[in-house]
Amino acid sequence: MNHLPLIIKREYLTKVKNKSFIIMTILSPIIMIALIAVVAYLSQLNNNKTRTLSILDESGLVFDVFQDKEYTKYDILENISLDDAKEVVESAGTYGLLYIPKYDSISELTKHIKFYSKESPSLSILTGLESKLQAKLRDVKLEEQGIDIEKLNASKIRINISQESFIGEKTSKIDSYFKLGFGLAAGYLLFMFIIIYGNMIMRSIIEEKTSRIIEVIISSVKPIQLMLGKIIGTSLAGLTQFVIWLLIGGVLMTVISIVFGVDLMQQTPQQQMMEQSMANPEVAAEVQNAMHAFYNLPIGNLIIAFILFFIGGYLLYSSLYAAIGAAVDNETDTQQFMFPIIMPLVLAVYIGVFTVIEDPHGTVSTIFSFIPFTSPVVMLMRIPFGVPIWQQAVSFLLLVGTFMFTVWFAAKIYRVGILMYGKKPSYKELLKWIKY
Amino acid sequence: MNNLLEAHSISKKFGDFTALNNVSISVPKGSIFGLLGPNGAGKTTLIRVINQITMPDTGHVILDGEPLQPHHVQYIGYLPEERGLYKSMKVGEQALYLAQLKGLSKAEAKKRLEYWFERLEIGDWWNKKIQELSKGMAQKIQFVVTVLHEPKLLIFDEPFSGFDPINANLIKDEILRLKENGATVIFSTHRMESVEELCDHIALIHKSNKILDGRLTDIKRQYKTNTFEVGIKTADKIKLAETISQKFHASLTDFKSLNDDLKLNIKLSEKDSPNNLLSYLTTQGEVSHFVELIPSANDIFIQAVKNN
Repeated sequence: MNHLPLIIKREYLTKVKNKSFIIMTILSPIIMIALIAVVAYLSQLNNNKTRTLSILDESGLVFDVFQDKEYTKYDILENISLDDAKEVVESAGTYGLLYIPKYDSISELTKHIKFYSKESPSLSILTGLESKLQAKLRDVKLEEQGIDIEKLNASKIRINISQESFIGEKTSKIDSYFKLGFGLAAGYLLFMFIIIYGNMIMRSIIEEKTSRIIEVIISSVKPIQLMLGKIIGTSLAGLTQFVIWLLIGGVLMTVISIVFGVDLMQQTPQQQMMEQSMANPEVAAEVQNAMHAFYNLPIGNLIIAFILFFIGGYLLYSSLYAAIGAAVDNETDTQQFMFPIIMPLVLAVYIGVFTVIEDPHGTVSTIFSFIPFTSPVVMLMRIPFGVPIWQQAVSFLLLVGTFMFTVWFAAKIYRVGILMYGKKPSYKELLKWIKY
Repeated sequence: MNNLLEAHSISKKFGDFTALNNVSISVPKGSIFGLLGPNGAGKTTLIRVINQITMPDTGHVILDGEPLQPHHVQYIGYLPEERGLYKSMKVGEQALYLAQLKGLSKAEAKKRLEYWFERLEIGDWWNKKIQELSKGMAQKIQFVVTVLHEPKLLIFDEPFSGFDPINANLIKDEILRLKENGATVIFSTHRMESVEELCDHIALIHKSNKILDGRLTDIKRQYKTNTFEVGIKTADKIKLAETISQKFHASLTDFKSLNDDLKLNIKLSEKDSPNNLLSYLTTQGEVSHFVELIPSANDIFIQAVKNN
């Protein structure tokens, strides 16, 4: 008799109808969004403050570069001594005073520019001032040496080495960032999913043991059916939760930005600076590259590989979680068995982050993308960089093989463990159980 | 085919520990079969083998003439000693789920559950969660779930633990009724008075071996010592006791009685018959009490375990 659908249905429904599950599902995205909104609102408060900077330019060389911006106003002081200026600025309570002294030599001048303020100024303001001064003084210096700036600008060249593989796939640096981003997101998602829902499976098995219903159930169904039912049912509940999170998150984001007028993507002065540089044709080219990079990803391959490796990796680990749940009586006893499970997962993420970035097709990345306990994460990170199909296939087959082995192994532990009460088993005992 | 269940030479080891050593039992159709034994004797392992929860190392089980197969679970109802229910699930939902796992359709399960809930007067529990019920109440639900699919073979492991006397009696009557309706029952317990009341057959397992097996009446016959408990009205008790002791193997005893009589246990030798004894006694005084001592299941249990 195949009771698998019945078991899956019960597992799914009890999980989904559970109060704390419902609360978590609804509250988590709300809390997340609320946090983001608060942070955005606060930083907006901070940035909305209009700052007035006073400029005392004794050299008379640079005052014209200071044009008022939305949140930054410039007050050019004239015919006033430095000491007076300081007093004026302090009593007026403006943000600070930029002092450019008068020197004959520009190199000398650059060493003596000062910024006076009550509190230390924000880094972004200083950097902004520095870059303005640098550009202007450089022009002044160039002119002094008789160089035509227009000709100089016209002679500027920009090189963007376009990369192409021998079989004609075009790539670029920005491609790499995209690939990396995708890989990291996929790997991290899998990692989170395994930890959250693996634990959930483990807990529900422990619950069956502590409520002593297990023997009633397995007099009707095979333990392996029960185990698979639990894994699949819980995973479906997890998937439901994830989808709801995405939906609620999306809706809330939209609603909040409309109702409260808080544009979560609000432009901050930093972004204004970015935008200015965007106006630059060079950066515009980069943006185009990025678009290109996105379409350049092997999307079909990515989606299929993501689904396969995600399911494979998740099932592999969740069967181990199920075995742990069966082996112990209560959650506090799980610690000693959790470590060997978390280790390879963390290792996979580290290898993904440090090695795959450096050299996606290097020895280390390649080897770990075949080892089943790390392959789901590492392979998902490698695939955007183009992994031959045969490698993906071999790695996936290894994963499936290991998955079957761990399910068999977990089922053995499960079959014996669910009827064992009272004592915490050692690894040695677990190995013995397999022979029972 | 007279036996509903036959287990042939079942052995099971867990590592170095032998849980069952070459144990065979035959459970006649329509009987109540008591599976007895001290704690840790191997009863639960044998029951789990029959339920296909544990696979035996050697030996095989025949159910109703067929070697035991996975689909047979629907012909067996099992109430384990370690029993419980999902705490946060509602009674009705849970009972439906468990019934469906035994192969009943949802509609059929619902119909039968309504009948049983009404019968045991627990109809208004349907929407309660298990955690709101007392232990005894939960046990009732478990009993219903065990018998709901009308199995040919019912296995009860300590069914009365957790019940108050009224409910224990109710369950006992239900077990007898199920037997009348044709079910065969395997019944594992330490409570010997319920063995006396219910069981037709017993098997005694001790330290992984079966040490006793058969009809309860046959076993009692085998264990009886031809001893009679007698009470005689007499003026001089000591003298009479001496007189009787010369003819028979007698010893002083005590039992509850309204009279202040001489009370003796008299063991007959093989050549004496109870009638001889009784007619002799009537010559000595007025016989107020004459009962053959039949060993109780409890006595047999203790004696058999001690002898091994």
